[in-house]
Amino acid sequence: MHHRSLIAAAFVLSLGAAGPALSAGDEAAYKAALAAAENAEQQAGALKNQWTTTQQALTAAKKEAGTGDFDKATALAKQAEALANASIAQAKEQATDWKNADIR
Amino acid sequence: MRRASWVATVVAALAAPLLASAAQPAGAPDPQADFKAFRSYFTQRFPSLKLSDFANGPYSMDEGLRKQWEAIEQFPPYEFALDKGKELFNTPFKNGKTYADCFPNKGLGIRQTYPYFDDKSGEVITLELAVNRCREANGEAPYDYVKDDMAAVTAYMAYTSRGKPMDIKIPKDSRALAAYEKGKEYFYTRRGQLNFSCASCHVQNPGQHIRTEVLAPALGILNAMPIYRSEWGSMGTISRRFMTCNSQVRGVPLKPQDENYRDVEYFLSYMANGLPVSGPGSRP
Repeated sequence: MHHRSLIAAAFVLSLGAAGPALSAGDEAAYKAALAAAENAEQQAGALKNQWTTTQQALTAAKKEAGTGDFDKATALAKQAEALANASIAQAKEQATDWKNADIR
Repeated sequence: MRRASWVATVVAALAAPLLASAAQPAGAPDPQADFKAFRSYFTQRFPSLKLSDFANGPYSMDEGLRKQWEAIEQFPPYEFALDKGKELFNTPFKNGKTYADCFPNKGLGIRQTYPYFDDKSGEVITLELAVNRCREANGEAPYDYVKDDMAAVTAYMAYTSRGKPMDIKIPKDSRALAAYEKGKEYFYTRRGQLNFSCASCHVQNPGQHIRTEVLAPALGILNAMPIYRSEWGSMGTISRRFMTCNSQVRGVPLKPQDENYRDVEYFLSYMANGLPVSGPGSRP
């Protein structure tokens, strides 16, 4: 019985110890994802080609991080980065492709 | 002799394209050629439409919509803005001067000459920009570029030009040609998550429906500005129109009077040369 109590206590303690460690890890991942997304969005801004959906994803990511849900926040930040990268690719492609639509 | 003449002819024929390209470098801005092609595209696409009717936007494309517009024009929704604009236009600034002191012909009947290229500052000056610069030069706070007082003052100024043909000049100045070309590039460039350009709607699909709206042709599309839009429930300027277009395709709008917006206004207004000013207008 004493042995079982010790195992249970260790289990509870391990949960307690793992909890904050896991949460901190998630926050670090979120911060990295957010930095990458904001960097990409800044590049899109320099090209004057930002998308509203990128900004919505960034805002949503920050909101989720504010509630402590770093998994959702990280996913949204990665989505924002993907959208920003797509807008950069669009601007680079259109730098020459716009001429194909010109009425001649 | 005959052989020499034949060789000379062949050499001349081969050299001709090279000489032509030296005179007009390939890809160099050519507003006149663009104007001709642009005009031809729309008149061939809508052969039964009277040229001046292009200035009426979607109403020139849809009979039902036109009838509604004619009824609305009995009591036009922009009338309040027009009255307010006239009052603002004639009310002296704190220093006693008025808008009339800032513009040629005292600001009346000049809408058709805007935007223009200012060779001193090397930039495109729109009517909205000129209004705010006038205010600031006279110690007044600038208006919000997108609606309210700016829309009212430009509505009144447009009204004094109604029926006058657009008369936009592009001087033989490399900076003016560069601004024109940048405006043209902006017009044809796809943007936003929906990957639309201005041309996607207003060149490739005028007269078609996008949801409940009838798309206006790009030819003469700014002649009715500023406009009262039922969708907005208020008046809006050219700045507002461009910003709305950007956000409708899920692009982040630029700041009002951004250089790109002024340049695209320059391009579109030049394309509309000869078409009458019809502003202020109303749109669904």
